[in-house]
Amino acid sequence: MDRRHFLAGTAAVVVLPLAPAAATPDAMAEAIRKVIGMATPIEGRVKLDVPPLVENGSTVPLTVSVESPMTADDHVKAIHVFNEKNPQPNVFSARLGPQNGRAVIGTRIKLGDSQRIIAIAETSDGKFWSAGADVIVTLAACLEEAT
Amino acid sequence: MSNILVNAPKTARRGDVIEIKALILHPMETGFRPGPNGRIIPRNIIERFTATWNGAEIFALDMSPAIAANPFVSFFSRANESGTVILRWTGDEGFAAEHRVDIAVE
Amino acid sequence: MSRWLLVVGLGLVFAASYAAAQVGADKRRSGYQDMGEALQKMQDDDTANPGMLFVQLGGQLWAKPVGAADKSCADCHGAAAASMKGVATRYPAIPQGGDRPVDLEGRINLCRAEHQKADRLPPENRDLLALTAYVAHQSRDMPITPPYDHRLDSFRQQGAEIYRRRQGQLNLSCAICHDDNAGKKLAGVVIPEAHPTGYPIYRLEWQALGSLKRRLRNCLVGIRAEAWPLDASEYVALELFLMDRAKGLKLETPAVRP
Repeated sequence: MDRRHFLAGTAAVVVLPLAPAAATPDAMAEAIRKVIGMATPIEGRVKLDVPPLVENGSTVPLTVSVESPMTADDHVKAIHVFNEKNPQPNVFSARLGPQNGRAVIGTRIKLGDSQRIIAIAETSDGKFWSAGADVIVTLAACLEEAT
Repeated sequence: MSNILVNAPKTARRGDVIEIKALILHPMETGFRPGPNGRIIPRNIIERFTATWNGAEIFALDMSPAIAANPFVSFFSRANESGTVILRWTGDEGFAAEHRVDIAVE
Repeated sequence: MSRWLLVVGLGLVFAASYAAAQVGADKRRSGYQDMGEALQKMQDDDTANPGMLFVQLGGQLWAKPVGAADKSCADCHGAAAASMKGVATRYPAIPQGGDRPVDLEGRINLCRAEHQKADRLPPENRDLLALTAYVAHQSRDMPITPPYDHRLDSFRQQGAEIYRRRQGQLNLSCAICHDDNAGKKLAGVVIPEAHPTGYPIYRLEWQALGSLKRRLRNCLVGIRAEAWPLDASEYVALELFLMDRAKGLKLETPAVRP
């Protein structure tokens, strides 16, 4: 392989993944904008439970709770979670309604690096509520070699 | 063989708010990782989780590659009537799995 | 009155110091105790612990006939809850008619070869891990009780020597990290005491269940040593030593670790 072919190959490797290498705070802001339009989220009512320091980013427990009576007239319609440094800014979007009784959902997420997570809840009156949390991901020592 | 673990009460009083927790075996391959040969391993994730109670949707979750392997989901529901809750997972490569829970409401 | 107070006071002092001595008697810590609360909760809740998916799979495999003999584990052993209770606390052990210790995975493969007339499952095979987890899960919360079998002594001794031998480009022994520096931090993470209390474990790093052998290989890579071949007897020797060192600690299978 000569130098030119090698360089061309390298370029192909770099260019091939069409998605950006990482989401950025801007990409997160854009993803949020797509969900909430021109609305301004109000800080409050949402509680984002995620450990501030995690031993491994591959499985991070996360719970979002929203204060809401969850009645037909006043309930949470959706909960969205975003991150700023994973390859994509969206984590999940959940659809809820008065039938849920409590606007609390739990799951486990992957975090590629220490970063800020944002949860946004949409209520039946059309308002958006938000909360953020910073997570530090420490990496274990003596990790497995890349397989 | 199903490899799904679900925790939901078998009985509830009418109007109670119950928690349903579900865990399913799935790699949630992100589509961003290189494999042993240096090539990207194709994305293989569960894209959607839904729950219905006697046929009516009570909860839906759209997942991204940022959901951890062997996805865990917990949510709540009001117990209004006896019946069947069906949890359903669908995703890449035609993945589809289902789990039924019967709940008696008194 | 004052004499009474003195007696009660002395009694309290004695009781307190006795309790302190008891605590001091065994300071060994499972890696569980060094995890954050979120991960402890994940391990403790059977519908949140991802290792339980593999235990469930193992239970399905336990009942499934395989091999030329078309027999399931259950055909010989019945309900695992009774027949396998405590078994994992005693492994590695020397199988009947054998002269070398095998680990639990090895024992399952012997059963496959001898009784089920089925192929051995390769190391880290998902079904092998699931069956092992299912068997070991029947001993959860039971103390590790290595068998009193003098034939194991030389193998255990070999394990002890490996544990204390410096190896790899970093020229470290297991003991330097896990005895001398256990509880201190390496790259922000607590160095555990290396008690094999929860294998096979669900390691978040792996996002899957894995064996003690896989974990030991990670350690060897960590100290830049060459990992032994997957069928090497060193792993079983080291496990014998580690299980003896962890004697009395409770099994947690399937444990969750970062």
